[in-house]
Amino acid sequence: MAKFKIHLLVCGGTGCRASESEALFHNLKATISEKGLENEVQVITTGCFGFCEKGPIVKVMPDNTFYTQVTPADAIEIIEEHVIKGRKVQRLLYENPETKEKVVDSKKMGFYRKQLRIALRNCGFIDPENIDEYIGRDGYMALGKCLTELTPEQVIEIMKKSGLRGRGGGGFPAGLKWEITRASKADQKYVVCNADEGDPGAFMDRSILEGDPHSVIEAMAICGYCIDASKGLVYIRAEYPLAIERLKTAIKQAREYGLLGENVLGTGFSFDIELRYGAGAFVCGEETALIHSMEGLRGEPTVKPPFPSVSGYLGKPTNVNNVETFANVPVIINRGAEWFASIGTEKSRGTKVFALAGKINNVGLIEVPMGITLREVIYEIGGGIKDGKEFKAVQTGGPSGGCLTQRHLDTPIDYDNLIAAGSMMGSGGMIVMDEDDCMVSIAKFYLDFTVEESCGRCAPCRIGNKRLIEILEKICKGEGTMDDLDNLRNLSQVIKDTSLCGLGQTSPNPVLSTMENFYEEYIAHVMDKKCPSGQCKSLLQYIIDAENCVGCTACARNCPVNAIIGERKGVHVIDQAVCIKCGACMEKCKFNAVFIK
Amino acid sequence: MASINIKLNQEKVSQLQDICKEFNNDKGELINVLHKAQHLFGYLPAEVQEVIAHELKTSAAHVYGVVTFYSFFTMTPKGEHPISICMGTACYVRGAEKVLDEFKRILKVKVGETTPDGKFSLSCLRCVGACGLAPVVMVGEKVFGRVSPDGVKDIIGEYTK
Repeated sequence: MAKFKIHLLVCGGTGCRASESEALFHNLKATISEKGLENEVQVITTGCFGFCEKGPIVKVMPDNTFYTQVTPADAIEIIEEHVIKGRKVQRLLYENPETKEKVVDSKKMGFYRKQLRIALRNCGFIDPENIDEYIGRDGYMALGKCLTELTPEQVIEIMKKSGLRGRGGGGFPAGLKWEITRASKADQKYVVCNADEGDPGAFMDRSILEGDPHSVIEAMAICGYCIDASKGLVYIRAEYPLAIERLKTAIKQAREYGLLGENVLGTGFSFDIELRYGAGAFVCGEETALIHSMEGLRGEPTVKPPFPSVSGYLGKPTNVNNVETFANVPVIINRGAEWFASIGTEKSRGTKVFALAGKINNVGLIEVPMGITLREVIYEIGGGIKDGKEFKAVQTGGPSGGCLTQRHLDTPIDYDNLIAAGSMMGSGGMIVMDEDDCMVSIAKFYLDFTVEESCGRCAPCRIGNKRLIEILEKICKGEGTMDDLDNLRNLSQVIKDTSLCGLGQTSPNPVLSTMENFYEEYIAHVMDKKCPSGQCKSLLQYIIDAENCVGCTACARNCPVNAIIGERKGVHVIDQAVCIKCGACMEKCKFNAVFIK
Repeated sequence: MASINIKLNQEKVSQLQDICKEFNNDKGELINVLHKAQHLFGYLPAEVQEVIAHELKTSAAHVYGVVTFYSFFTMTPKGEHPISICMGTACYVRGAEKVLDEFKRILKVKVGETTPDGKFSLSCLRCVGACGLAPVVMVGEKVFGRVSPDGVKDIIGEYTK
């Protein structure tokens, strides 16, 4: 194998690929061969670096140079300046937004300093399509250790001691789940990896599968050994073509190396993995629904018990874990339960991956120890709120979660604290909102999602959520009454108490938590018929200030519905009956004459 | 089966039967079969569902039930350039709704519809995971990031030249 002096790591995650990182990769390769540097410089495509805000990312090793927003045209300069002359390309370096200084070493970036990457340990570091690179980072060592040195009971004991809880949202102890599935007697059992990441705004499972697919394969095999299963299935969203491709490549390579298939590593243990595709149904993240979908049925949940650990896929005992949960397993085996349990809080051990998005400067994928505060995540890692606006809320847990506010900023993040604060961990979506976001509209947005995704099997979820959204629509139109607010609260409680599965039992959470934390906004919509954030169109009017209007006609010319009347050099007026409140006039006015009432 | 042969071309039908065979005509593999069938036909009209039901020895009602349950499957043909606007939370809070309104206004279609000339169809999707580029619009396989309502015209323009 050639020994390279310099490695160029190009992000090949979905976000960066959307900004031409593939063309960049080819340009770098071409320039290197043009200069005859093939034996000294290596370019590889890696998984996601997490810093999606500034993609495409190129990292140069070994000196940790971190180039951001690199275009295909920058390839020549990187090779000529950095690689050949040893001078970093200053204009592409990440700039500290506060000090305006260029950061020459990525370890010193605020975004990475507070992170601890366990599940994401290989993402952005290795070539996910090359099994040797995974093995070079202790890959498949944990599987070897389990098969040759440990009994299944001992492995389960390690998992239980580590305190690892399910990262898909439920937070059920992973070791305990394995133990229960092991105890179920059957001729065939299954290991299922839940990669049906449907929570809008969360993309950690996809990034792990794109950036480090072998970690999941290795963990599934370890789980198979523990519960006595010879078959594994990955249920993955069809919307993730790149993750599917990389996973297929990884499975094929693992088979070629004798790490999957008959008689793994010559130990007599057999295990293989197949893929099953989702088809766009959020409820399939629920494990019983997921199992029905794998059987070729409508993905409707059924009552538990029986739990899948007892009767799951094709009626056989089935152990379902999420991608991120699996990604933690090999490290726990290699480094020990005590090490893992020393990270995090008492009841939530280890780290959690969050997808940070919304009105925040550093959008991206982060992994932090449990117990970190929201303030650290939003201000230190996330770099604060976009455009210097005021922080209003952060939504965690997706459509099943709730909104946390200013007063929760110093609460340590773990499973139990988030539930106590009226939200939940969920799969790890974290959407930051600022002063311009209307919380009633946000509640409506999530409800809209739930209504669309409700499978319709049970009445509280199918009918109840529909009624909830009708009330919210009424409030946003300025037709709400105080009785509606009572109805919202009561109906939410009934839906939570009586729905069949997790989807319905949590769907009113966005409504309840916004009512709890932002009740004054609901009151403003209902009593004053005003939307304080100026988002609800029915409740606002665009008005032209007669004093500032110079009659330039820019607004009238740009109005798509000709709602603005006025002579040249005369004051203009908006006909409220015609106005569709698109805001074009306000955008085009150079004299600040248009305002919102 | 005669009516099916009239509407679908025989070559396509036998391709569809091959897909079913590839999965051992196992009705447990229905979703995988539907994925491949949709790839072949572009959509899943009733005739296609009937062929699949027949091959997998299940009822057309069962196939229809599954097709309509999952949002990935469609019974109407998509436009030549399918436009999808991401309505994930990250895109929503960065103004995806205004972008969608602009597409609706310019193309004069609703979500889920195709323009009369068959050129564009409009749909929403939930999170492509490119939240750093929010709001995101996909046209076919191509991703457009940081789309503003003003930029919508240019995106459509790229495909109407």
